[in-house]
Amino acid sequence: MGVPTPLSSLILKFLEVRKVARLEQTEKVVNAKTNFRVKTRKSLLTPKNVPYFFIGPAFLLILIFTVYPVISSFILSFQEVRGVEKSFIGFANYTRLFQDPIFYKSLLNTFQILIVQVPIMLFLSLLIAVGLHSSMLKGKAFFRISYFMPAITALVAASIVFMILLDENFGLVNYFLSLFGVDSIPWLTTPFWAKVSVILVMTWRWAGYNMVIFLAGLQNIPSDLYEAASIDGASKVKQFFMITLPQLKPVFIFTVVLSTIGTLQLFDEPFILTGGGPNNATMTITVYLYEAGFKFFDFGYASAIAYVLVIITAIISWIQMKLVGDE
Amino acid sequence: MVASKKISSKIIIYILLIAGVVLSIAPFYWMIVGSTLPSGEIFRVPPKLLPGDYLAKNFQTLNESLGIARIFWNSLFIALVYTLFSTLISAMAGYAFAKFKFKGKNVFFFIILCTLMIPSQVTLIPLFEMMVTFNWLNTYQAIILPTLASPFAIYLMRQNMKAIPDSIMEASRIDGAGELKIFFTVILPVTRPAMAAVGIFLFMSQWNSLLWPLITLNSKEMFTLPVALSSLIGMARIDYGQLMLGTTLSTIPIMIFFLLLQKHFISGILGGSVKE
Repeated sequence: MGVPTPLSSLILKFLEVRKVARLEQTEKVVNAKTNFRVKTRKSLLTPKNVPYFFIGPAFLLILIFTVYPVISSFILSFQEVRGVEKSFIGFANYTRLFQDPIFYKSLLNTFQILIVQVPIMLFLSLLIAVGLHSSMLKGKAFFRISYFMPAITALVAASIVFMILLDENFGLVNYFLSLFGVDSIPWLTTPFWAKVSVILVMTWRWAGYNMVIFLAGLQNIPSDLYEAASIDGASKVKQFFMITLPQLKPVFIFTVVLSTIGTLQLFDEPFILTGGGPNNATMTITVYLYEAGFKFFDFGYASAIAYVLVIITAIISWIQMKLVGDE
Repeated sequence: MVASKKISSKIIIYILLIAGVVLSIAPFYWMIVGSTLPSGEIFRVPPKLLPGDYLAKNFQTLNESLGIARIFWNSLFIALVYTLFSTLISAMAGYAFAKFKFKGKNVFFFIILCTLMIPSQVTLIPLFEMMVTFNWLNTYQAIILPTLASPFAIYLMRQNMKAIPDSIMEASRIDGAGELKIFFTVILPVTRPAMAAVGIFLFMSQWNSLLWPLITLNSKEMFTLPVALSSLIGMARIDYGQLMLGTTLSTIPIMIFFLLLQKHFISGILGGSVKE
């Protein structure tokens, strides 16, 4: 096809160089393997390119279904969406967000639940784990399975059962409390008790889960530490504070990080138990995001909420990383 | 004196631990009993704590309002397909990160670690728009694909595969095995325990997932169990008998699996993060 243009000649030259290089390479390989009977099978996948083949599917999926949405959501948070029409409105979504009392409420609720629930639950988990670990109990496996059981249920299922258990007039919980002379508690219908109910369900669902993590941590503490301490005459209580707790610190931080991130994204329990009510008392960041996005189809506003959640998570993760970094 | 004190403290620990067990298990018992009672009986004072004979009737009403077999199948199919492919994809990626040197490796890994840190809520709106564009609302792929590549599973597989000695792969290469053959016949069998743990983790997270299916599924015959259950609560008059039965049906299969494979299960649900 006529005279080769400079560019195509360049490409031809390049190909030739490559060919030579490849020939040299195969020669080297053949030389290196003369002692072995090399089966020469032509394969497209070589040790050089095969890693791309292996990460290909995962990476493609992450690009399409995570990286793109994360960027797109950021852009959306500066837009107003009306049907298919999108227009840039600057920081309007964010300024609206910071004047929105319900959003503040959802932030406050999420943090209130976080600050009360995580310590109570972790304390309980630690208590059970220490109880199971320290005494030479029989049936340890039975206890472990029983306590872990709640962690296998769907949050939806757990929330539904508790919704029925906590019914104000006819629920089992109030019935048993009434046997002890306690007046019926409006679990799901007053703001204060609704929060308590959410905390109750979360604790029931996750205490055993964290207990198993603590138990594994306790089992990893070398027993000669305790032996040395008891030779020195340290009491059991002293041993607990001087050996057990410090040794458990990394496990402890791990559970705190997991629980904190989980609670920041709290959705299923309040959504099923109370639907965010009464009077937005159990409205969490994610429930509010869901309502803005899929009840009112205010995509720009919902994206702004999502990005505030990202920033909060990033800050808290950073603080916790710093704490771990001291180790 | 000392001995008796020891025994009595042991008894106290036992009593407290058993009380805790009762609190953990009682809701399950009530859930199962409730599924055999008519709606009114569930809220009777004083309560009836023994199973009734309303199970078949509850099943009938549940089936009429939801088509429970279809919904059960949806949940099972989605969770199984998801688990199978997600485990394979994360094993492949984990293998590449653990055992190969290649250009861009650090960048790829950094991106995966970043997505691990970002709360998934941030992707909801654009993903929903994407599903609308693809016309994928009310489809299985809408539930399966977006979370198919799990950064957490990839990370775990990488950690596990790092322990495999390079000599195994080199020996197979010298024997003339192709790279794919090495992966499927040498690497995967060695990492079976890790894959089991990751598989259980993925299955459970998909089986129990509510938020994303709730957004993408709005026609009844495509519902998964959690979405179906939450739709029952939204009804004007809640039939608690069928609600309890639906909850039981979504919990029992997992419970049986758990009791059969509890060791694997616990390490799976904890994401293989705890070694015993």
